[in-house]
Amino acid sequence: MRLHEYQAKSVFADAGIPTPDATLASSVEEVVEAAEDIGYPVAVKAQVHVGGRGKAGGIKLAESKAEAEEAAESIIGMDLKGYHVERVLVEEAVDFKNELYVGVTMDRGEGKPVAMVSTKGGVDIESVAEETPEAIAREHIDPAFGMHHYQARKAVYDAGVPRELASDVASVLQTMYQLWDDRDASEVEINPLMVTEDDEIIAADAVMNIDDDALFRQQELAEMEEETFEDDLERKAGEYGFDYVRLSGNVGIIGNGAGLVMTTLDLVDYYGGEPANFLDIGGGAKAERVANALDMVFSDENVDAVVFNIFGGITRGDEVAKGINSALEQFDEIPKPVVVRLAGTNAEEGREILNDELVTVEETLEDAVQRTVEYSEEEAQ
Amino acid sequence: MSVLVDSDTRVVVQGITGGEGKFHAEQMMDYGTNVVAGAVPGKGGQEVNGVPVYDTVHEAAREEDADASVVFVPPAFAGDAVFEALDAPLDLVVAITEGIPTQDMAKVNKRLSEVDTRLIGPNCPGIITPGEAKLGILPGNIFESGEVGLVSRSGTLTYQVVDNLTSRGIGQTTAIGIGGDPIIGTDFIDALELFEADPDTKAVVMCGEIGGEDEEEAARYIAENMDTPVAGFIAGRTAPPGKRMGHAGAIVSGSGTGTAESKINALNDAGVPVGDTPNEVADHIEDFL
Repeated sequence: MRLHEYQAKSVFADAGIPTPDATLASSVEEVVEAAEDIGYPVAVKAQVHVGGRGKAGGIKLAESKAEAEEAAESIIGMDLKGYHVERVLVEEAVDFKNELYVGVTMDRGEGKPVAMVSTKGGVDIESVAEETPEAIAREHIDPAFGMHHYQARKAVYDAGVPRELASDVASVLQTMYQLWDDRDASEVEINPLMVTEDDEIIAADAVMNIDDDALFRQQELAEMEEETFEDDLERKAGEYGFDYVRLSGNVGIIGNGAGLVMTTLDLVDYYGGEPANFLDIGGGAKAERVANALDMVFSDENVDAVVFNIFGGITRGDEVAKGINSALEQFDEIPKPVVVRLAGTNAEEGREILNDELVTVEETLEDAVQRTVEYSEEEAQ
Repeated sequence: MSVLVDSDTRVVVQGITGGEGKFHAEQMMDYGTNVVAGAVPGKGGQEVNGVPVYDTVHEAAREEDADASVVFVPPAFAGDAVFEALDAPLDLVVAITEGIPTQDMAKVNKRLSEVDTRLIGPNCPGIITPGEAKLGILPGNIFESGEVGLVSRSGTLTYQVVDNLTSRGIGQTTAIGIGGDPIIGTDFIDALELFEADPDTKAVVMCGEIGGEDEEEAARYIAENMDTPVAGFIAGRTAPPGKRMGHAGAIVSGSGTGTAESKINALNDAGVPVGDTPNEVADHIEDFL
């Protein structure tokens, strides 16, 4: 789960990290009111889960009421990389002389959290990491002990942060690690951490991502979740609880297990088709879940044919077959051809149950995919 | 011979009174696995499928001389359950549970570096030595005893590849599902080391997927350390960058590493042929034998 900037900033501020004065607004009037309260110049920032907001026109500086109105009008309601902007953060624009980067994330290679500091903040930190990795100081943290204060100081000195700022930046870093640990974060980041003319530091942006698997014990954060989806299908997938990714092709793909579903996508591509989606029904799915999956893929108007690829371990072929039958029997006419491949646990029972007037049954993965690609080509004509 | 488990392995099922634990304990026993005990706090003294249940893993290990466990404990308590098994101590712990908080696994990972126990998983189908024992949820009937070792990040993809092997008469020494999470116990290199050291394993299949750099590291290991031939498969060639494809680990950052292409190139450079389809992987293995 990803927190919005305004949410992450409030978590950071509560923990004692300095953040600019800011107010959330959802109309031009509210933006102007907030800007007058805070005092110009202000930054008007779209609150959507999109990287590179500034470049995409989602962040604007306003030095006057007229500019604040103009910024609000252009940002509120805009479409930012597929997301509709409904709210903006109106924030004191801080005068700064330097921009730092501080963050904590999981180094999966090491299986340990890693704290990072760089004096090359503000710009695209990913390209800094790629082009000049030595410009980012890294300190691995033992999760059993937490971050020692010396580690925070070491990272700050290694990064070359000026001595007069070192103590303040180290304390921000240690607070961030504490938040990372307490809140089950997968990522906390401030980019940029601005340094003012008076050598004050202030978090000009804030990123906080929470491990979805730990939300059960992070109730307060879980309640902040505001579902945002790129389209209605992704919304539907959220309601049904599927791992679903929409793609640009016309072959609908349903399977069990992430690795096998990805492989099915790859095979569709290999045999000349184009995947319309990734849909993993997960392990041990019952008939209703299978029917929901078909409902989802049928409601994607780009889909011309559907392949069902099930290799049951924990999932049972007979349950899957019942789900497919019950989903298809509702139709007078099946909207799109469906090819089914069942293997593994109770696959034979499943194949006996399957109504083969409604679906095409194939024995092997290769045959199932090729047949589906053929159907999709016929339907597309 | 076999890797890690055989018919003598004495297994505790943690969470044996739950739905999944009970069902799969029975499946494992039907397959021939030597399940000697269950462990569930508060359920000590009961019996499940004729197996005694203890309140703690320590007690189960002591009373039944167990040396391995399979964890079917719900995610909120699974990290603790793994710690308990490491502390018992057991030689091998297989964690099937999906959805354990990453920070719990980071702490488990730290503890693993201090003990001799091997962890497989979490979020994995388990391990099977065909004809001897299975610890986990793999469908036993598709496996056959033979000469090929298999290591995979994905459960169902494992089944697919095994099916391609078995259907042309190629059996397996042991198959290890290492799991799709960002932090896991046994990784590719650990498994490859075991297969390299096993005289009965004549070839190895390694199934990877997008995300992380474990396959690239495994490729370096293969080039430098392995005489046993390896064939590979990488799932997720068509996955768009930045999207999470089901597995927590299966996301491409878009920064050039962790992509299917970088993994396939690394494996090819290490002399490992990578199949375009699971069936092609079986072709490569056939060539090796």
